[in-house]
Amino acid sequence: MEDKTPSIPRELTQNPLKKIWMPCKNGLPEKHISQRKVCMTNCPTLIVTVGLPARGKTYISKKLTRYLNWIGVPTREFNVGQYRRECMKIYKSFEFFRPDNEEGLKIRRQCASAALNDVRQYLTEQGGQVAVFDATNTTRERRETIIQFAEQNGFKVFFVESVCEDPDVIQENIVQVKLGSPDYTNCNTEEAVEDFMKRIKCYENSYETLDEVLDRDLSYIKIMDVGQRYLVNRVLDHIQSRIVYYLMNIHITPRSIYLCRHGESELNVKGRIGGDSGLTPRGKEFGKKLSQFIKSQGISDLKVWTSQMKRTIQTAEALSVPYEQWKVLNEIDAGVCEEMMYEEIQDNYPLEFALRDQDKYRYRYPKGESYEDLVQRLEPVIMELERQENVLVICHQAVMRCLLAYFLDKTAEELPYLKCPLHTVLKLTPVAYGCKVESICLNVDAVNTHRERPEVGTTSYHTHSITGPFLQCMFTNESVLRCRMSHHQIH
Amino acid sequence: MNDYFIVLNSFYWLDLACGCLDSFLCRDMLPKTASVPQFCNSPTMIVMVGLPARGKTYISKKLTRYLNWIGVPTKMFNVGQYRREAVKIYKNFEFFKTDNEEAMRIRKACASAALKDVSAYFSKEQGQVAVFDATNTTRERRAVINSFAKEKGYKVFFVESICDDPEIIAENIKQVKFGSPDYVDRDIDDAMEDFVQRIECYKANYKSIDDEKDRKLSYIKIFDVGSRYLVNRVQDHIQSRIVYYLMNIHVTPRSIYLSRHGESELNLLGRIGGDSGLSPRGQKYANALATFIKGQKISDLKVWTSHMKRTIQTAEALGVPYEQWKALNEIDAGVCEELTYEEIQENLPEEFALRDQDKYRYRYPKGESYEDLVHRLEPVIMELERQENVLVVCHQAVMRCLLAYFLDKPADELPYLRCPLHTVLKLTPIAYGCKVEPFFLNIEAVNTHRERTAPQISNIRNRVPAHISRHQTFDIVAVFVGKYKRNSPPEKPSLLWGSPVSRLPSAVESCSIDHH
Repeated sequence: MEDKTPSIPRELTQNPLKKIWMPCKNGLPEKHISQRKVCMTNCPTLIVTVGLPARGKTYISKKLTRYLNWIGVPTREFNVGQYRRECMKIYKSFEFFRPDNEEGLKIRRQCASAALNDVRQYLTEQGGQVAVFDATNTTRERRETIIQFAEQNGFKVFFVESVCEDPDVIQENIVQVKLGSPDYTNCNTEEAVEDFMKRIKCYENSYETLDEVLDRDLSYIKIMDVGQRYLVNRVLDHIQSRIVYYLMNIHITPRSIYLCRHGESELNVKGRIGGDSGLTPRGKEFGKKLSQFIKSQGISDLKVWTSQMKRTIQTAEALSVPYEQWKVLNEIDAGVCEEMMYEEIQDNYPLEFALRDQDKYRYRYPKGESYEDLVQRLEPVIMELERQENVLVICHQAVMRCLLAYFLDKTAEELPYLKCPLHTVLKLTPVAYGCKVESICLNVDAVNTHRERPEVGTTSYHTHSITGPFLQCMFTNESVLRCRMSHHQIH
Repeated sequence: MNDYFIVLNSFYWLDLACGCLDSFLCRDMLPKTASVPQFCNSPTMIVMVGLPARGKTYISKKLTRYLNWIGVPTKMFNVGQYRREAVKIYKNFEFFKTDNEEAMRIRKACASAALKDVSAYFSKEQGQVAVFDATNTTRERRAVINSFAKEKGYKVFFVESICDDPEIIAENIKQVKFGSPDYVDRDIDDAMEDFVQRIECYKANYKSIDDEKDRKLSYIKIFDVGSRYLVNRVQDHIQSRIVYYLMNIHVTPRSIYLSRHGESELNLLGRIGGDSGLSPRGQKYANALATFIKGQKISDLKVWTSHMKRTIQTAEALGVPYEQWKALNEIDAGVCEELTYEEIQENLPEEFALRDQDKYRYRYPKGESYEDLVHRLEPVIMELERQENVLVVCHQAVMRCLLAYFLDKPADELPYLRCPLHTVLKLTPIAYGCKVEPFFLNIEAVNTHRERTAPQISNIRNRVPAHISRHQTFDIVAVFVGKYKRNSPPEKPSLLWGSPVSRLPSAVESCSIDHH
C-alpha cells in the first residue's frame, strides 16, 4: 500500500445560521455532503395503506404524515377518496362501490392513477421523501399495480394494513369520522350508517389481506385489532423502522394532554432568556391555581412531567403529586446568549440577532441549540406521550411550541411563533382526525415573553435607530447558505 | 480524622466512616425523581422460547447488555448454566430425552432454582428486568412461569425465536456450541452430531406460542433471524423499547470502527471541550486514518462525525461522504468548557472533587454527565445496530460510552475506559460478544486520560440499607461532621452543609466505604 501524499485538507467554514461546519472554497460554502442527522432513506418511500373502510387507514395516514413532517421528513398524504369526491362531485349511495358497477370501477381506477401521478410529482420534483397513499387497496391486483409503479420510479414500498373485526370499534369509527364526511352531509345518522355498512360489504368479498406466504417478499406491517397485535415483515431501512416503532406506540384510547409553562420566573420578570431561576410570587400563585385546576378536571391517573429546571419543578411541587423530571424537556439552550436580554443580544451579537429572525426554526445559538435541535431531542417525549394517556407536561416556551406544533400539525415556519403565554394551560384532546385545543388562562398576571415574527427585511427590536449589519440570506436547493453582508444605518 | 454524617429526610442518619472526603455534597446524590420515564412499576421477566441453536442466548445477552447500558438494571438467568452446575459432566444428548425421568427431574429443579434467583434479584438486588433464558418450549413450562410471575406481581414478556433455515442453525452451532463447556473435549463432528440429536429431543414436544390460545400473553415472535416479527399485546414502555431494539438488531457480519478526532489545538493546551481545529499532528492522523481505512477494504462504509470542527476535519481527510450527528458531540462541560483541569481544581474545587467521587453521574454545572451522554447516544446505538460497516469519528467521553455498550462495561468503569487519541478501535461481533482490535496509527499525541483518583465511593443510594431505600425516597437534608460513637447520636456535631435538624433521631444506620 503506497503512502499517499497527504492531501491538502479542505477549509471548513461554519454556517452562520445553523452553526454547522461545512467545507468551503474561497470563503463560500461548498455543496455539503450531508447535513441530515441520519440518512433516513436513500430513495423516496411510498407508504400504502390497506384495509376495509372504517379501519382507521386515514387516521393512521394523517397521524403518520404529521409525525414524519414534525421530525423533518417531508411527507404528504394522498387520499384517493378525495380524488373520487372531486371527480364525482355528488355522492349518491353505496351503489357506486358495487363491484359490478363498471362505470364506478373506471372512475375509481382513474382516481387512483391520478393520485399516483401526484405522488410521483411530489417525490421526484417537489422534494418529498415519503408519500402516504391512502386507499383501501384491498386486492392483490391493485397492490401489484402500485408495486410496479414504485419500481418504475425507484420508490420503496411499505404497506400498512389495518385489520379489525370488532363491530364496536368499527361503529365508533363510522360515528367519529364518516358521519361528518362530505359524502353524508345530507343524510341523517341512521341512513348514513346503513349506507356505509353496505359500502363496506362491497369491498368484503374481494378483500385479499396481506398473506404471510404469498406476500413474504413485501415490506409491511399488519395492525390487528387497533394495536393488540402486529405482524411486521421485511423492514428495509431506518425510516421504515421508525414508522413501525411509531405505529406500534400510538393508540386511540380517549385521553387529554395538558401543556403549560412553568410559572413566571425571576428571569422572566427581568426580561432575560434562559437560565435556571426560581418562581416569582406570581409564578407561585400560578402553581396554586394550576393545582386547583388540575383537581377540578377530575383526571384519572394523571402523569405529570417536568424538565430538570428549577422553575418547572417548583411549579409541579405545588400540585403535591408525584412527577417525573425529563432533562430533554429543558428549555432551548441559548448558548452564549443565556440570561441575556434581547436588547443585549442585539447590542452584543447583532449578526446573531439578525440571523435568528431570518430563520428562527433553524437558527442555532452559538454554543447552543436551534428549534430544529429541540425537535430532535423532544422526539422521545412525543413517543412516550403517544403511549401514555392523561399527561400534564410542565415545560418552557420553546419546548411547548415544539410539542404544540406536533399536535396541531404546524409547519417549521410557524412553530417558533406559536403563542404559548405564561400562566395558560392548553388542553389537547384528540378528536376525529385532529386535535381539539382548549386554552385555559388561570388568571394570574405575568409578563409577556412572546416576540412576534419581525417584518421581512428588518430586524429591528428597538423602535429608535439601530446600527449594524443587515443580512441578506439566500437558500439554494442544496441547502447551502450564501450570505451577503451589507451595512446599513437604519434610522 | 472526622466522620461525616448525612441526614436523610431528618429520619435517617447515614454514617460514613471514611475520613477521606473532600466534600460529600453532591446534587446528583439526591434521589432520582426519574430523569428518564419510569420504565416499569413492576419488575419484568423476559422469557425466551425456542429450540436450541435459535439464538436465544445471543438475544438474551444482547438485550441484557442494552438494557443495562440505558440504565435499566437487568440480569440474565441461563438455565443451561444451572444444569451444568447440577450435572457436572455432560455425557451426551440422552440427557435431554423426554423419557429420561431422572434428567427431567434435574432440569425442572434447575428451572425452579433459576426462578428463585429471579425472585431474589427483584426483591433484594433492586433488579428491574430478568431475562429467563431457556428453551421453554412446552405450554406447560410456560404456564408454570406465568403463574410464578403472576403470584409475585411480575410482568411477563415472551421472546420466541423461530428458525428452520438449516444453514443458520449450523452456523449457530459452530459459533457458540462448539466452544460450550458441554463439548470441550469432543471433536467437531461428534459435537455436531450430538447437538443435532439434542435438538431432536426438543422438537417432538415443541409447542410454539399459539396466536389463538395465547392471545392474552405479551410476546414477540422473531422469524428467520428478523425477516418477520409478530408482536402481541405490548403492555408498557419497557416492552415497547425491547420490541424496537429486537427489531433493529441483525446478525450480518460487519465491523464498527471507533476513533476520536485527531489531536486538537485545545488538546495541546490541556483544555477540555471547546470547538477547536486539528493540530498539525491531528491533521497527520486524519491522513493516516484515511490510509488505514482504505487498507481495510471495507465494503460500503458509513462514516459518522459529530457537529464539532475537529471530527469533521478528521473525516474530511477520508474523501468520502460522512454524516454529522449532533448527538455525537462531546460531553458538555458547562461552565468548565475550555478550562484546564488545574483551573477547574483551583476555581471550582468542590466540583472537581465531586466529579472524582462519581464520574458517571456527576453533571458539570450547566453541562452534562456521562449518564446524560448515554441517554443522548441511545439513538446512535440503535442506528449502529441497524447498520453494517460504520466508522464513528467522535470524542473521548462519547467513545467511552459507545465502547461501554459494546464491551458491556458497567457505569463505574465507563468513565475510565482508555480511548487514547490517534487510535482506532475495530469492533467485530463474534459469538456472544465483541472482538476488539486497537490500531495505533503511529502519530504522537498528548494523553488526555485521567486515572481514577479518589477512593471509590459508590453512589450514596447504594449505601442506603435496602429496607430504607426500598420504601422511601430520600433527600439529603444536612451534612454534619463530628465524632461518632456507634449506636448513639453524635455529640454536638458541627453543621457542614444544609439546615440544622431540630431533633436527633435515635437510630443511626452505619455503612462503611471501600477504599481503593
